[in-house]
Amino acid sequence: MAHAEHNLAIFRGTVKFKSNVQKIWGVFVFLSIITIIEVALGIYKPTGLMTPFMSEFEGGFFATLGNIFLSMFIYMKPLNLIFIVLTLVKAYYITWDFMHMRDETKWLRRAVVWTVIFLICYLVLILLLEGDYIYEVYKANFIKFDF
Amino acid sequence: MDTTVDTTAPEGVWSGGNNRPFKASYGKMMMWFFIVSDALSFSGFLAAYGFSRYKFVDAWPIADEVFTHFPFAHGQDLPMIYVAFMTFVLIFSSVTMVLAVDAGHKMQQNKVIIYMFLTIIGGAIFVGSQAWEWNTFIKGDYGAVETKGGKIIQFLNKDGERVKLSSFAADLPETRITQEASEGVWYQSEAETRTTVSFEEVKAGFLADKNLLIRTQYLDKNGHPTVLSRAESEAKIINDGKLVVEGANLRHNEYGHPLFADFFFFITGFHGFHVFSGVIINCIVFFNVVIGTYERRGHYEMVEKVGLYWHFVDLVWVFVFTFFYLV
Repeated sequence: MAHAEHNLAIFRGTVKFKSNVQKIWGVFVFLSIITIIEVALGIYKPTGLMTPFMSEFEGGFFATLGNIFLSMFIYMKPLNLIFIVLTLVKAYYITWDFMHMRDETKWLRRAVVWTVIFLICYLVLILLLEGDYIYEVYKANFIKFDF
Repeated sequence: MDTTVDTTAPEGVWSGGNNRPFKASYGKMMMWFFIVSDALSFSGFLAAYGFSRYKFVDAWPIADEVFTHFPFAHGQDLPMIYVAFMTFVLIFSSVTMVLAVDAGHKMQQNKVIIYMFLTIIGGAIFVGSQAWEWNTFIKGDYGAVETKGGKIIQFLNKDGERVKLSSFAADLPETRITQEASEGVWYQSEAETRTTVSFEEVKAGFLADKNLLIRTQYLDKNGHPTVLSRAESEAKIINDGKLVVEGANLRHNEYGHPLFADFFFFITGFHGFHVFSGVIINCIVFFNVVIGTYERRGHYEMVEKVGLYWHFVDLVWVFVFTFFYLV
């Protein structure tokens, strides 16, 4: 195999490794630290992170718009938000460094990553909205189902 | 001379000559697109999990209370430690895999052999751990009662700790009749499994012990399951109680909503199947490395391709871990 050039810098070039093997271990250490943080947060569940940072805006059109744009901070526990962000960081480094996406051509990268991200976001959005809608229907219905 | 060692795909695989789209070989690019489609299958599962969870958002089991076991540490409450261990095993086997790929680039056959071997071991440990986790989940922990409406009620002592059904159930004389086809009861077959205590025994034992309380699967506004008062508890078990649930299967689940168990089996099962097939493919490639197939071929691209698949399995686990165990 013709030696593919490995891009040895991570964190936007702030950390540079001397060899590919070193980079692999560096990324492993980084992923381990993130996993340890996740597990520690998952076990201790700091109370400060268990209630959303902001409450819903009341009012008209702009309040609704604000609720949509800031929905991650209004409707989600900060702890869950942290988990999701850390997961995406982990996914990024697994794909970019372990799967060598960093060394692929720009458009192979985009063909894979953009497609997946777009479709998953779409799928998740419609399913979660629908699930929440059904929850509301159950809650406000006229049929007793808690027995 | 150029054609003696063909480093790209075999001739004619990309119809139209030697140009390589995205500068990737046929096999590697197709592996990437397979991964795209497989990622969509998994996100379909996880999104469906999210759908069901949103649908019953106020009555969903808390994963921390479900997965509290660690092998050989009986009776200890260790939430998530074992899953964290499994996550590390998988990440580490990813590292050995990428080291194998790197050694393959440098044509170091012996290093590839060692790293591939470690990867296979890691995968095997992971699949074994998952089997253990399933076994623990299926067997169950404290046991619970299912109501007529299919809701789960669990039992607490006065300190708010969960109690096992067998620890308070009364010992009633057995009134069960074995039904056999020879007696003409062909339409009622035996239950597949029997619980250790019957519902009547649980009910009698619960009514006799004034310290016990019932916890429903509905979460209060702090996210904890609602605990009923003694009077409410008695009314609940007398009016609504129906059958004893021990452990979990696809229809009943002592931890809470049956859908939780369904998704647990489907998502971790689908992922475990991927790990299993990954181990098999890794074994095949491993033996090819050992007998020198890729040395003769002149490149280790096969290791790279199976490596992509293996990392993808790890990547999926990162998401399953977050959305099933953490969030």
